[in-house]
Amino acid sequence: MAEITVNGKSIQLTEDGYMTDPSQWDKDVAVALAKADNFELTDDHFKVLEYLRKEYEAGATLTIRKVGKSGIVDIKGLYKLFPGGPLKFSSKYAGIPKPTSCV
Amino acid sequence: MKNLVILGAGTAGTMMANKLRRALEKDEWKITIIDQFKTHYYQPGFLFIPFEIYNKQDVIKPKSNFIPPGVNLIYNEIDKVEADDNKVHLTDGRVINYDLLIIATGTQTRPDETPGMKDKLWYKDIFDFYTVEGAVALQKKFKSWQGGKLVMLITEIPFKCPVAPIEFVCLAEAFFAKKGMRDKVEITYVTPMSGAFTKPVATKMLSELLKEKNIKVIPDFYLERIDNDQKKIISYDEQEIDFDLLTVVPTNMGSEMIERSGLGDDLNFVPTDKHTLQSEKHENIFVIGDAANIPTSKAGSVAHFAGDILFENILSYIEGRPLMAKFDGHANCYIETGYGKGALIDFNYDTEPLPGTFPLPGIGPFGLLKNTKINHYGKIIFRWIYWHILLKGKELPVEADMTMAGKQKVSI
Repeated sequence: MAEITVNGKSIQLTEDGYMTDPSQWDKDVAVALAKADNFELTDDHFKVLEYLRKEYEAGATLTIRKVGKSGIVDIKGLYKLFPGGPLKFSSKYAGIPKPTSCV
Repeated sequence: MKNLVILGAGTAGTMMANKLRRALEKDEWKITIIDQFKTHYYQPGFLFIPFEIYNKQDVIKPKSNFIPPGVNLIYNEIDKVEADDNKVHLTDGRVINYDLLIIATGTQTRPDETPGMKDKLWYKDIFDFYTVEGAVALQKKFKSWQGGKLVMLITEIPFKCPVAPIEFVCLAEAFFAKKGMRDKVEITYVTPMSGAFTKPVATKMLSELLKEKNIKVIPDFYLERIDNDQKKIISYDEQEIDFDLLTVVPTNMGSEMIERSGLGDDLNFVPTDKHTLQSEKHENIFVIGDAANIPTSKAGSVAHFAGDILFENILSYIEGRPLMAKFDGHANCYIETGYGKGALIDFNYDTEPLPGTFPLPGIGPFGLLKNTKINHYGKIIFRWIYWHILLKGKELPVEADMTMAGKQKVSI
């Protein structure tokens, strides 16, 4: 377990750096999480993060395909925004659990 | 007289028809099962066809052999379900009313979803082995192949039988070694997942196994398109991998009938309660097998374990009792590793595959996450069990719920 402090608020993280309580999320927390990876978030990134949070709260299973069909960004654009692991990184900064793929 | 209708006469649908016909009174419940195809495929056998271990005739039997007397079997394509009116429309215009519907229409490979997959190299240098046609075409190709870069590519998750591509590369390694041309074949395993498998303990065991066999793993590769002229696979983040012979797991999607009926998610899988197996939207619709969106493997073993739970819940539903049986996501997969050996994994929603013995704690005879000869025999014998016991909905000496007995907790 790790922990970061944002605006005086203590945020609990998993070993992989994902928030344990998605309700603690706000934009400043997202910026701080990204900063820890030397990553800067723009408005385009936030559109994706907000979409992910909305879908997560609705109980949806999130996949790269689903984000690609969201109308917010296509898959190629998603890779450009979050290189190297678009769903892993975007989920992390959106404050939702690490995406699991079932076996 | 009430109507119970089962859509799909594959593994899951056939099992349910057998179980329910025995349990429900014939003068109270009419059972109808609908499927467009007359042939039942033993799908775990497809994997063996490219390597000449099985041939086509080893994996096919008529569906009608497995549907019990007293069940009305209709061979016709399903147009759509009108869930608000409790009706199933067939493409020939017939309309079947139901009181209770079981959706068991499975998953299909959709090579057309990826640009360049079903193109001029399809069944020439690009093959799937999830259809009997693909497996037979690949057998023919392997007979005269001179070697080169063999790439096993997983397009997208989820897909049916997640261990099959691992088995495929292991069997290919042994096949080319036996032919005396292993040094001419470079085998690469390419996956969108972050390792050979997603669950950590099994990934560790399987990664070591692949390394031992000199099979290269390329993780985090999410396919965008296939370039047929340059024979390359290209990911969304512009990684490129050359191939001479490409074997693929195409995108898996549920039946198009699900889409026409408005019952599916973006991959045409039906949103289903992962514990009760009831449709999330319609209380008189239940979903079993690969057609459901539940977060476990798309595999016959899962359908088998889920079948016991669904059977109980359907009887409860009919009698107006709460749905007490809860599916735990139990899956049990034999993994062929070549040279007459196999590994075995047993897991559920919450517990990842762990080492140990199965089904009897401490005794086995099968070893979990171990590469043994007896595990391979388990897989070979399974074909007989499938045709004679499993499809007919008879009892196997394995519980529907996964057990921790015989498993060792490990930390890595």
